[in-house]
Parts: sequence; structure tokens; C-alpha cells
Amino acid sequence: MTEQPHKIRVVVAKPGLDGHDRGAKVIARALRDSGMEVIYTGLRQTPKQIVHTVIQEDADCLCVSILSGAHNHLFPEIMKLLRENEVSDVLVLGGGIIPPEDVPGLKQIGVSEIFGPGTATFDTVRYIREHVQPRA
Amino acid sequence: MDPELLARFERGDRRALARLITHVEDGTPQGRAALRSLYRATGKARSIGITGPPGAGKSTLVDQLAAAFRKDGLKLAIICVDPSSPFTGGAILADRVRMKHLQEDPDVFIRSMASRGALGGLSRTTGAVLKVLDAFGFDVILIETVGVGQGEVEVVREAETCLVIEVPGLGDGIQAIKAGILEIGHAFVVNKADNPGADRVSEQILTMLSLNPNPPEWQPPVVQTVATRGTGIDELARQVRAHWAHLDAKSLRHRHLGQRRVADLSDILKARALGSASQRVLARPDFTELRRQVELGQIDPYEAADRLLPFDGPDEWRLP
Repeated sequence: MTEQPHKIRVVVAKPGLDGHDRGAKVIARALRDSGMEVIYTGLRQTPKQIVHTVIQEDADCLCVSILSGAHNHLFPEIMKLLRENEVSDVLVLGGGIIPPEDVPGLKQIGVSEIFGPGTATFDTVRYIREHVQPRA
Repeated sequence: MDPELLARFERGDRRALARLITHVEDGTPQGRAALRSLYRATGKARSIGITGPPGAGKSTLVDQLAAAFRKDGLKLAIICVDPSSPFTGGAILADRVRMKHLQEDPDVFIRSMASRGALGGLSRTTGAVLKVLDAFGFDVILIETVGVGQGEVEVVREAETCLVIEVPGLGDGIQAIKAGILEIGHAFVVNKADNPGADRVSEQILTMLSLNPNPPEWQPPVVQTVATRGTGIDELARQVRAHWAHLDAKSLRHRHLGQRRVADLSDILKARALGSASQRVLARPDFTELRRQVELGQIDPYEAADRLLPFDGPDEWRLP
């Protein structure tokens, strides 16, 4: 067993009821092509399922895509469950359809950044590389 | 190094388990030290391998089979392996998509692994991660391989019960007599059995099994399932339990564990031999020059190897 450089592991999750996962798949693919290991959860996940996945997969980053308008309900729930489980070292990012006026509130509860439509995938990749907590 | 990690693991902290698996996958000093101290606590969990071609329904079957074992009150871990890109090293690990029944269950732990360049259907550290989960105290560990073709049989070394998943419509009776993956099944599953041709596939497998020149003590059953609807799952779970009873009655479990330990020793020795030989070669001042001469075709690779690493083993072990 020789030591390998740590691979960044990213959970790409789709909570709630919207079934539009094109964006999530594009992000998953872009992260894959940049050499990351992407755990894709599939559609209609509950916040509890997502947090279990983040814990079990020991993810460095959680990307949540929401297009249903329920972001002000789902993000607080996810952040609360992460806190309750003492998960403090995971970078949380959001994507999908999130109105600019809602972004400050989401950042306040711990979402690091929101990447809306039109973001170059390269920018998301670079942001993750620069902001995940380094592993010892 | 996190000095608390192993203690938290031993107290049953699942975040510590998850972090330790990462250390083992990455081969960090902490991961290596932990494996060493956990090794003797392994050998208690049942291990089930699930293998078959991409899209055959492995993940869906794992989901259903795990739900069946949960009814028996067993604590379960699932390792699912998906391929890494040979070009970027990245991977999409998406077996969880089919495992929705299990994701809120506190007695189920699912971990996705990328194959990271290994070609046998598992990753190089899958066996080690299995040991970590075993030491943590899971009763049953299911290992889902990468979607495989014919020759990726590594799972049979790690799992004491191997399920080979087939589906109708892939090949004829010639495929059924080929060597490889069809030799490792302790049970065969013909999934998507509501599609035409399922009976034919079952027949071909049964014929193949009946031609075995040394009929084994355990006759692998063939089970038809429609995993998306849960059809045939109870029968499959029953056959797996029957195989466990067979392993226990014949002390085969003991033998399998012994073989696994010896295989681990062999792997450790190989890795060490490779490590020290590599170090010797890389330390030689003429390494770069000889490699360049090989590249240009000025000397042959055997000649260069003789100079870089004179072989001191017996002659019959010398590769050409």
C-alpha cells in the first residue's frame, strides 16, 4: 500500500422534488474530468439521506442543486443536520435556480458559494480546489 | 495524524470509520498503522460479492438483498466500486442512486470506491477497506464490483459468497462455457427475468455447471429475479443463507479466511520487494541514461534491466 495523493471526493446531491438533473450531471462530469471522485446521489433525496451520504463517503465537498424554489427550506435543513452530526470540515456549495436576493441568507448559514446558470464549470472546479480543507 | 481517530473508531463512531477508510484508500501512515492494529479483529463478518456486466442490475439487487438481510436484524456495510478514468483519475460513483431504501437506515453503511487503476473489478484497497468494516462490527459486508466482462474475478478472493449476475440477451451458449467469471459464482442470478430469453440463460448456466469434471460439494443454484420489483429476492437471500450454512458445516469459512490471510502476506511481501527494488534502481546514477537508450532502441530492455537490477533469484523465476 503506497501512499497516494488524496483524491478530492465530492457529493453531488439533488434534494427535494424537482427532477431536473441536467445541471447536476454536467457538474458531476466536469468534476470527474478534473480528476475528482464524484458521488452522485440521484434525484429526490431527503436532507437526512444527503447528510448520511456525506458522512459515509467522507466527502470533502457537498454540491447541492435545487431548481424547485425550495432552497430556503432545504439548505437550512441540510446545514442543521451537518451541524448536529458535527460535520464542520465539508465545503458546501449550491447551484440551480437561486435568486440573488436569497444568496446572502444562504451564505450566512454556512453555504460557501452559489453557482447559478451560466457559471463556467472551470470556475466551480477551481473554487473547490482552492477551498476544500487540506487533508493531513 | 489524528491520535483520537482509532479510539473514536473503536467506540463505534461512524465518522471515524468513514475517515479511517479514506486513510486506508489513500495509503497514509495513519491508514497503514490502523490496518495493522485492526487486523486481528477481522474475520467475523460474512462477505458477499456481487458481480456482473454493467447495467445488469447489481446495485438494485444489492439494495433489495440488503433490505432482506435487514429484516433478519443484521448490521450491513456495502462497498460499491465504480471505475476511475484512465486519463484523469476522476470517477463518477453512482451506485447509491439505486440504493434509496437503505440511506436513512442507521444500521447500514454504504461506501463508494473508485477503482483507481486496478483492473480486476475492485480497487487495490477494497480488501483492506473490507477489513476495516469487518473490525468495526458489521455482520454482513456486500461488495459490488465494477461492471465486469469475462475475466475480472478478484472479488472471489475477498468474498466468501460470490453472486454472479447475468441478464437475458447478452450471448449464446458459447459464452457460458468460457473460463473466468462464470467459474466463481456460488449462486447465479438471472436478473431482468421478465425479459425474453431468461429461461434460456438459466438453462445455459445449469448446463455449464453440470459439465464440471469435479462436481463441487456446493452446487451453485440459479435464481431468476426482477430486482426492480423485488421478485425472486427472498429466494436469493435463502440461497445465500444456505451457502453460509454450508460454509459453516464444512469449516470452509475457516479455510477461506486462512487463504485470505496468506494472500495478504503475499501482497505485503510483493509490495515490499517492489518498493526496495524500485528504490535501488532509482538511486543508480546511470538509470536516466539507460532508460533513454532503451527509448531510442539503442539497447534492449533486458540488457538494461540486467545492468540496473542484477537478478539474484533462481533461474526459473527470471522472466525472459
